[in-house]
Formats: sequence, C-alpha cells, structure tokens
Amino acid sequence: MNDPILEMRGVSKTFFGIKALRAVDLIVYAGEIHALMGENGAGKSTLMKILSGAYRPDPGGEIRIEGKAVRIEGPLGGRAAGISIIYQELSLAPNLTVAENIYLGREMSRSGLLARGAMREGVGPILTRLGADFLPSTLVAHLSMGQRQLVEIARALHARSKILIMDEPTTSLSAAESERLFALIRQLRAEGLAIIYISHRMDEVYALGDRVTVLRDGRLVGSLDKPEIRADTIVRLMVGRDVSSFYKKDHDPEAGRGHPVLAAIDMADGQRVKGCSLTVHAGEVVGLAGLIGAGRTELAHLIIGASPKTSGRLELEGRPVEIRTPGEALEAGIAYLTEDRKALGLFLDMSCLDNINLAVLARDAKLGWVLDRDKARERADRAFAGLSIRAANAGVPAGGLSGGNQQKVLLSRLLAIAPKVLILDEPTRGVDVGAKSEIYSIIDNLAKAGTAILVISSDLPEIIGICDRVVVMRAGHIAGEVTRGPNSPLTQEDIMALATGMEHLDA
Amino acid sequence: MPSNGAAEAKPASTTTNGAAAETRRQRMRMLISALGMLPVLLILCIGFHVLSEGRFFTGQNLGIVLQQAAVNTVLAAGMTFVILTGGIDLSVGSILAASAMAGLTLSKLPELGMLWLPAALLTGLGFGVVNGALIALLRLPPFIVTLGSLTAVRGLARLLGADTTVFNPSIPYAFIGNGSLTLVPGALSIPWLSVIALLVILVSWLVLRRTVLGVHIYAVGGNESAARLAGIKVWAVLIFVYGVSGLFAGLGGAMQAARLYAANGLQLGQSYELDAITAVILGGTSFVGGIGSIWGTLVGALIIAVLSNGLILIGVSDIWQYVIKGLVIIGAVALDRYRLQGSART
Ligand SMILES: Nc1ncnc2c1ncn2[C@@H]1O[C@H](COP(=O)(O)OP(=O)(O)OP(=O)(O)O)[C@@H](O)[C@H]1O
Ligand SMILES: [Mg+2]
Repeated sequence: MNDPILEMRGVSKTFFGIKALRAVDLIVYAGEIHALMGENGAGKSTLMKILSGAYRPDPGGEIRIEGKAVRIEGPLGGRAAGISIIYQELSLAPNLTVAENIYLGREMSRSGLLARGAMREGVGPILTRLGADFLPSTLVAHLSMGQRQLVEIARALHARSKILIMDEPTTSLSAAESERLFALIRQLRAEGLAIIYISHRMDEVYALGDRVTVLRDGRLVGSLDKPEIRADTIVRLMVGRDVSSFYKKDHDPEAGRGHPVLAAIDMADGQRVKGCSLTVHAGEVVGLAGLIGAGRTELAHLIIGASPKTSGRLELEGRPVEIRTPGEALEAGIAYLTEDRKALGLFLDMSCLDNINLAVLARDAKLGWVLDRDKARERADRAFAGLSIRAANAGVPAGGLSGGNQQKVLLSRLLAIAPKVLILDEPTRGVDVGAKSEIYSIIDNLAKAGTAILVISSDLPEIIGICDRVVVMRAGHIAGEVTRGPNSPLTQEDIMALATGMEHLDA
Repeated sequence: MPSNGAAEAKPASTTTNGAAAETRRQRMRMLISALGMLPVLLILCIGFHVLSEGRFFTGQNLGIVLQQAAVNTVLAAGMTFVILTGGIDLSVGSILAASAMAGLTLSKLPELGMLWLPAALLTGLGFGVVNGALIALLRLPPFIVTLGSLTAVRGLARLLGADTTVFNPSIPYAFIGNGSLTLVPGALSIPWLSVIALLVILVSWLVLRRTVLGVHIYAVGGNESAARLAGIKVWAVLIFVYGVSGLFAGLGGAMQAARLYAANGLQLGQSYELDAITAVILGGTSFVGGIGSIWGTLVGALIIAVLSNGLILIGVSDIWQYVIKGLVIIGAVALDRYRLQGSART
C-alpha cells in the first residue's frame, strides 16, 4: 500500500494518575476499514477522542496525517485535520433540522443572516449520495437512530473528512439499518476514505475489517491483516486467553415448567403494544425477540408500570398484582434493566458505589433511613470483582467509566435486588466478549436459583444461545413462540420468519 | 469459570500496590474540590483585615459577621436541597416574611404567645409543601411555581399584618435573635442565630450524606427519568425538598422576628432569595442538579457576609458595594470553573 494517511506513535493518556493509554501506535491507510477492538475500558474510545481533539494526549507522542506532524486541539482541530468522529452516543441536536445539524459550527450566512435555504441546498447532494430517505428540513428529533447516524456521516462528508471514526455505530440500529450502514461504509472506503471502526461484534469485524488492531489495558497488543481475522485470534489478543463455551446453559430447561412466576395478560398501551400475553416460569429464560420497533421495550415498560396501560393485568406467582410504578414493580420483585443506560439507567455524576446500591439502599438502611455504608461498600466491591468492572475504585463517578463498564455497573444494581422476575433489555449492549460470557453465566446461575428471566435482545445468536423459549413480537402483537425441544434446536430462521411475518410464504 | 478467575487475579494484584497511592491522590482531589471556595473566603478575610488596619479579626467583628450570615445560611441550606434536585425556589424571601408575620401576630395573643415559634415554622413548611405539591404532582416548572408564590405569598404576608408593621417588644424566646451562647465565660460566646445556622447545616449534611433520602435527592437531580425507573418516588423527594426549603425559610422568619421584635410584610426578606441562590452557587452546587455539597453552601454564605462586612469596614460607599459584590461573585465562580477544568466533567 502507499503511505499511511494516519500515523499515531507513542500516544499515551493519563486520567488522574490512571494510564488509559500507554504508548500506543496506530497506522491507518486511505481506503481501508480499520477495526479497533479490545475489552471494555481497553482505551479504544480514549484513543479516538484524542484523534478528534476531545482529549489532549500526554506529551511525548506524535500524530502524523499524510506524513505531516499535527497537533489536534479541540473538536474543531480534529475537523480541520480531516478527522470526523461518530461517538458511541450520538451527538446531534434533536431540536434542530438535518441541515442545521450538518452545518453546526460552520453556519452559512448572507450579510449576517442565516442562509437556511442555501444550507438546505448544500446538504442535498450528500444526502442523495448516502441514499437518505429524509429531507434536509426534517427535525432530527423525528428521525430513527439509523437515520440519525446517516446525518452524522453526512456531517463528516460535508466537512471533507479523510478519516472517519465510528465508535460502536450499530449498538442501537436494527439489523436492516446495520446492513445499510455496512453497504455505505464499503462505498465510502471505495471513495478513498479511511475508516476506523470500533465494535464488540465479531460478525461485523469479519464482514468489514481490512485490518484489526487490538488494545488491551491501554496497550497495543497486535494488529491482524485480513487473512488472520478470525474469532479465536482476535479473542486471544483481546483477553489473553481462549474464551471457550461462550454461551452457558447449565440450568434445567424443564425445571421450572408448571410454576409460572410472571404472567402478563392482554397488555396494551393503545399505541405500540396491542394486546400481548406472555408467561415466564421459575428457573426459565425466555427470549423476547422481534425487529426494532416491534414494541418489546414498550411491553416491558408496561409490565413494570413505567408507562400507563390501557388494558391488561399481571399475575405474580398465580396471584393478581396491580403495578402502577416501577417502584411498585420492584417491591413486588420485578426488576428491569433498561436498554438506554445513559438516559434511563445510570446517574453519571454519582459514584459507582451509589449507582450499584441505589435500589437496595432502603432495604439495607439502619433504622429505616440511615445509610449502611459498610454494607454498600462490600456490595460494590463484590460487584466489581464478580463482573470485573474496570475503574480506579467504586468511589469514582460512573460517567468516567467506559461504555461497557457502565453497563456492568447498571447490571450490578439489578443483581443486588435479587428479584423474582428479571427483565433484561439488551443486557450485553456495548459489552466485550469476556464480560458477555460472564453475563451469560450470571443469567444461567440466576435461572438455576429459580429466577424467572425475560431477555429482550436484537442479537439472535445471543437469544438462541441462552434462552429456553423465544416469544417473538411483530408490530405490537405476539407473533408466535419458538420452543427448544430435545432434538429441535432454536433457529434464527424460525425466529426471523415470525418477526418479519414471512412464515406464511413458506407454508 | 476457573480460567477466568486466574486471568482476573493478575490485574487485581498489580493494582494493589498502586492502589494506596491512587486512593491517596483521589482523597486529595476530593479534598480540593470539597474545599472549593474556602481559599477565596480566607483571602477575602485576610485582605479585609489588612485593608481595615486590623479591625476585621476582632472577636466583636467576627461575631457580627456570623450573625449577619446566619439567616442567609439557613435559607441557602434549604435552597441547596432544591437546587440539588435541579429546581429553584424563588419564594423563600416571601415565605420568610409571611412566617415572621404569622409568628409575631400569634405572639401577641396572651395565651398562645409561646406557640409563635412553631407557628412560624409550620407556616413556612406549609407554603413549601404547597410549592412542592404543585411542582411534583402537577408537573409545573419550579421557576414558574415559585415565581408565582414569590408574589402571592408576599401579598399574604402583607394581609397578615393589615399592611402595617407588627411589633412585640416582649416576644417570647427573644434570646434566639439577640442572645449569645457562652462557651467560655467572659471570653468566648457565639450568637444564638449562628448556633442555629450551624445546626441547620449539620442536620442538612446528615440528611444529604447519611440517609437514603439524601442519595435519592442527588439521584433525582442527576437523572430524573432514571430515578423514576429505579423505583424512587420522585414526587415525594420533590415535595420533601421544597418542604425543607419552606421550613428553613420559616425558621429564617422566626430568627428575624426574634431579632427585630417586629416584622413588616412588605419589606422583610425582600430579595433574600437572590443571596441564598448566590451562596449555593458560590458553594459549587451545580444549577443542573445532582452535584454539590452543603459545606460549600456554608462557605458561600460566609463569603457574602464577609464581603458586606469588610466593604463597610474599609469605608466603601453603599453604591460601590453593590458593584464590587457582583464582580467578586462572577470572578469567584469563574475561578471555580477554571479550577474544575480537566476533571471528568468537561
Ligand atoms: N473522562 C474520563 N475520566 C476518567 N477516566 C476515564 C475517562 N474516560 C475514560 N476513562 C478511563 O479510561 C479507560 C479507557 O476507557 P475507554 O472509554 O477508552 O474504553 P473503551 O475501550 O472505549 O471501552 P468500551 O468498549 O467499554 O467502550 C477506562 O478505564 C476509563 O475508566
Ligand atoms: Mg468505548
């Protein structure tokens, strides 16, 4: 290949004495998709934030773009150097239009007045090139996650970036949206852009990656070229050992049958959920599958009382229960892990310790109200060890953790409750392979102990790997159910057929 | 997973020796951020002492400063609860006036006179709970609700005294306004007003840092939707914080009434809410909620009192006092932001 477009040499970053990156080298060529992998907290996002100018590296390293040494200062510096980043959490202003977002910070004006018309026309060609199905004048608030991602990409192209960084871009996309994104990424590669792609999903890395660089504990542990990209080689680099038996299912799939713990009957909210019933037995792991937008999260919200229902009732261990708020759900023993950890789950300014203990503070308290700080610290330490959460200590704010470690903190909060019913909405989103297998074995152990578990997931291999039975939703209805039999395994095809409504064609 | 355990043991053991140093460094950082504006307060004190040729650090003057800071400290403590949830309470000055009026009016009745103190507190609590209920149950914005009660309660305060000044030279418990608690006879005594203010800070600290409710208050301020989903009764937390703010405003009213033996529904407590908010912000509590400490508020309230007192000591004219106070506040907060840069919250 020709000369590299980007050379990073000896880049380090220290956060308050903690080394997040230690002398990392990264070399990227134009026209390649360079996958960046590593466990949660390995330093991937930090490295990219240095490139985009969001963080300043420790002195000593060097960054060259097209052979010229550059200093990237502030977000505008990254853009000026030809680098655009699409963050793990999208950074669009929902109250502005598509065109305004694309021009954000570089608005066009005519004699001091905002030139909205010109801006709308300016972004037209790019949106067409990306195959966007929305207008420049659409409000971003009205767009789906996939469409918002297109806006981010359009913004990068519009800034004439030569290097495009994508940090876990598919975590909130549907399968179809992801496919479209992949096609677009390949098109951009053909147009000569260098793309740095961060993901925890192996299948994506096989499908896209021309080269893979792996980070571990802030160090570069190796780079692989296309022919060497295989699950075993990557995983060994990432965690330094083999992760065998990824999915764990030791609990007895028949054990709980006959003792239903949670029964939701005819639940509806008048909009997205149209009369859904499902039952989860003790010791059973039930998957709730379906396309994004099928109403799975909405159904979960109805069950725990997070949104008002227009019809439906709940039975817990055979007795009817009335649940109007998430607080009542918790009291009844139903815990829910949200899919949106930043907006609905975590308290980013509070310590990990408080985040983990939040739901059991009152239960642990002395005299009903006084915090039991020893118990809280013990619980947090146990969670840190059990899920290998990576942070300086439990006292640091949750907002300083890497995405996957934040997910583990949130999961620890639910596990502390020891509920009868556990509803997990995308439990492994943004979590690395090692931690994924830890979470699977936790789910398995809970099932063994008799917890009734409902897992919402868009990751079909995951659903098939850990569930005994899969309920499939389509457009607000229960489309059907797939059960694992002694000699009939769950298959992706069966689930997809129900989810898309294509089963009639086969029949 | 046995293989897993072995792999984990390694990073854990390498961090243990570094961990002690790291926790020490972290403690240091927390101390610095907890100290916050304390250096500014000390510099102000020393500066005024020098400029006033040694008249600042005298027992008598410090007593005056503490006494002047007392009522604002109490109001600011309540305000801290509210701002920690991401809200604001503009009505504390009016509630203070109404509580003082209610208390004084009652104190003149021969049989019920002794009850004036609880009456003032309950008046404040009542208005605060109404604020909280409107905000929590009707989901109205705190700024609007308390702006409304700022006006409405002021009117009620005037009504209570038929728009006149109410006097009671023989008000019971007058000592809390003008007496001092003697610690070392003949040498050291602290005004009762200041003792009350310190107790209020202490109780607030206990509630915020040592109780479940305290964590819930920080949680509601940090992320209200997440708090709701985590099963926290957000409405109860909101009613509580506005109730506390009202209660402390009522206490402030009682303190003023006992000090002045009089109250005027129109004038008492005018724009006290601004000083209270200023103290909270000077103390480093974030306007968005979820971040802050009650000790910071105490320092903030002291800075305001020291400024007023010191500027008078060195003979700055009334008009310039306003200008200088305003500039110092902006400068102090700017300094604070600068100091916090590079922390996790940028
Ligand atoms: N703003 C910050 N303040 C303090 N520490 C930080 C900050 N940002 C990152 N870190 C620390 O740096 C390390 C690397 O984090 P980073 O976000 O780069 O991980 P990552 O590889 O992107 O992980 P993930 O896959 O979970 O997203 C982590 O230990 C994290 O706690
Ligand atoms: Mg990351």
